[in-house]
Amino acid sequence: MRKIARTPSSPLLSSRRGLIFGTAAAGALLATGCTSNESNDESDSENKQAADTDDKKPGKKVTIGFAGPQADHGWLNAINDQGKQRAEEYEDVTLVNTEGSNDTAQQIGQIETLINKKVDVLVILPADGKALTRVGLKAMRAGIPVINLDRVFNSPQAYRCYVGGDNYGMGLNAGHYIGEQLKDKKNAKVVELAGTDSLELTGQRTKGFDDALKNYSNIKKVARQSAEFTVESGQSKMAELLQAESSFDALWNHDDDQGVGAERAIKQAGRDEFIMVGGAGSKHVMDAIKADNTVLKATVLYPPTMAASAIDLARALGQGKGVSGLASLEIPASLTLYSAVVTKDNVDEYLPSGFS
Amino acid sequence: MLSTTTSPGKGSPPPPAKSRAKVAVGRLDLGHVSLVAVLAILTLVGGLTKPSEFLSTDNLQLILTQASVIGVVTVGVTFVIIGGGIDLSVGAIVALCSVWATTVATQEYGLLGILGCAVLVGVGCGLINGMLIAYGPMVPFIATLAMLASARGLAEQMSDGKTQIVTVNSVLDLGLPDAYVLGVPPLVMIFAAVSIIGWLVLNRTTFGRRTVAIGGNPEASRLAGIAVKRQRLMLYLLSGLCCGIAAFMLIVLTGSGQNSNGNLYELDAIAAAIIGGTLLSGGRGTITGSVLGVLVFTTITNLFALNNLESAVQQIAKGAIIVAAVLIQKGRKTP
Repeated sequence: MRKIARTPSSPLLSSRRGLIFGTAAAGALLATGCTSNESNDESDSENKQAADTDDKKPGKKVTIGFAGPQADHGWLNAINDQGKQRAEEYEDVTLVNTEGSNDTAQQIGQIETLINKKVDVLVILPADGKALTRVGLKAMRAGIPVINLDRVFNSPQAYRCYVGGDNYGMGLNAGHYIGEQLKDKKNAKVVELAGTDSLELTGQRTKGFDDALKNYSNIKKVARQSAEFTVESGQSKMAELLQAESSFDALWNHDDDQGVGAERAIKQAGRDEFIMVGGAGSKHVMDAIKADNTVLKATVLYPPTMAASAIDLARALGQGKGVSGLASLEIPASLTLYSAVVTKDNVDEYLPSGFS
Repeated sequence: MLSTTTSPGKGSPPPPAKSRAKVAVGRLDLGHVSLVAVLAILTLVGGLTKPSEFLSTDNLQLILTQASVIGVVTVGVTFVIIGGGIDLSVGAIVALCSVWATTVATQEYGLLGILGCAVLVGVGCGLINGMLIAYGPMVPFIATLAMLASARGLAEQMSDGKTQIVTVNSVLDLGLPDAYVLGVPPLVMIFAAVSIIGWLVLNRTTFGRRTVAIGGNPEASRLAGIAVKRQRLMLYLLSGLCCGIAAFMLIVLTGSGQNSNGNLYELDAIAAAIIGGTLLSGGRGTITGSVLGVLVFTTITNLFALNNLESAVQQIAKGAIIVAAVLIQKGRKTP
């Protein structure tokens, strides 16, 4: 931080921006080893004032290239929206977007075009982290710093800063929440509806979930099936899980999009003896948690706000600044966002970030 | 338990039984018999590993329901393949239909609006496919590949990548147990109706005979006075129609429309048709075989899920079954 103007907060400040920045700052703190499970409201609002007044001032103009995968999924779609909106809030930021692609070769081509255009900073959410490492390296060698979003590159040389969600932590928090809910229940049974098994992140989520459940000797995971992040696969895999297990106490579903199908299967089977915990944090699920009239009692976030944070960091990088609220002169090398558990008690706080 | 049942009958009968079966079965397809045998084996395995879960009415309803959506698509694809074509766009068309039929604007028109929209969009896509292939310069593989890309792209654009949740109760209720008639879910009834109509059309109408003819030898068919081009167009229209119906069923099943719906349906449908004995080069195939093929795949998925096995293992088994089924059919032709 170069300068913090401590002027009283202007009424024009959007509280959401502050919230998002607060998340980023909290995440940064986490990444540097300072763990706090409670969202620290006071320090957040302090940060907000400092950050907003500082950040509002247009600085050096920065052109940010943004390359993501095809937005064929609610969460990815939210990522694109968050990135775009955040960039629009800054006068000094020009965002150059590529049309998303799930094809590795095509995405490499798109990023190479951005390199040739000589953008100041690149934000890349690779369709496949390993496969796009090469183009990350190329950008860095061309002197364009890369912010690697969510799916990490193979080599730390390929990015200046990694921003991502915590898949392992997501499983861990889901497991702990379920564990606490069932801790007084003898021989409790838990069922897991996982995401696409061929993705590394699914394995990490499951590992976190299993590790958390190990703390509760009365709980046993009796079944796990993997769906494909689609409504259709969620419905069919959940229907089979319900058929396989005539009774269980809790269900963790990795993804709220496929959860729409899972909820449908649960309704079709007429079952309600268990609690269901979602993943990612869609608006639909948050609404259901708030209404509290279905099996859905909680969801574990995988915040799409990380795209907005990535834009913040890219801008800071382009202007040679650090992160407001942190003492360091540079932006961090990696930032892992916290996977909060959204329940009926705190759902109102998170509803604005719920995606549809 | 195994030894007591197998040892007495193990002596001499197999070879004569086999040849007798060939004669007695006659018009009954050997391929069908082998598929029924596979189903029987799967049922046996299910009964042994998970007796109470697998052998239940609930599970039978579940298997048939899960088979119904892809089943309807497969009936359409079977017609196209028998007619010497291929339709790679079915999954994408299902996605587009399901998205279009669940937009807020369409949902205002209720059940009939959703059904009508799904069917119209399906037929429309089929019409484009058919025109390009029958009257245009394109081969089926390329034309439907193009449709695959465009239809899914349009679905994505229309839905903005979001899951569109259905709020029309009359549609949602169709998928719930209260709508079952004598224990038969409405979706299974639609599947049965489409299969029976498909069977009748293929086996009992000139349309069916023409389909087989143009698939077997288009030039001879043309010389025999069949309007080959029009017939081709009709086949893609039929496939599009089936996709529209399937999309409606999927909407009922999942209570939503999504652009990722129908993912890889084209491959599942082609695989089911092939293990059902349909020749990929056209000219031969049966609806019964395709339906059995779909049931085999669905039962495997169900069996594996009930036994809590990974989907990777399931994929391996699926591949092995395709190879085995084709080998059996080859074996039937050569000796």
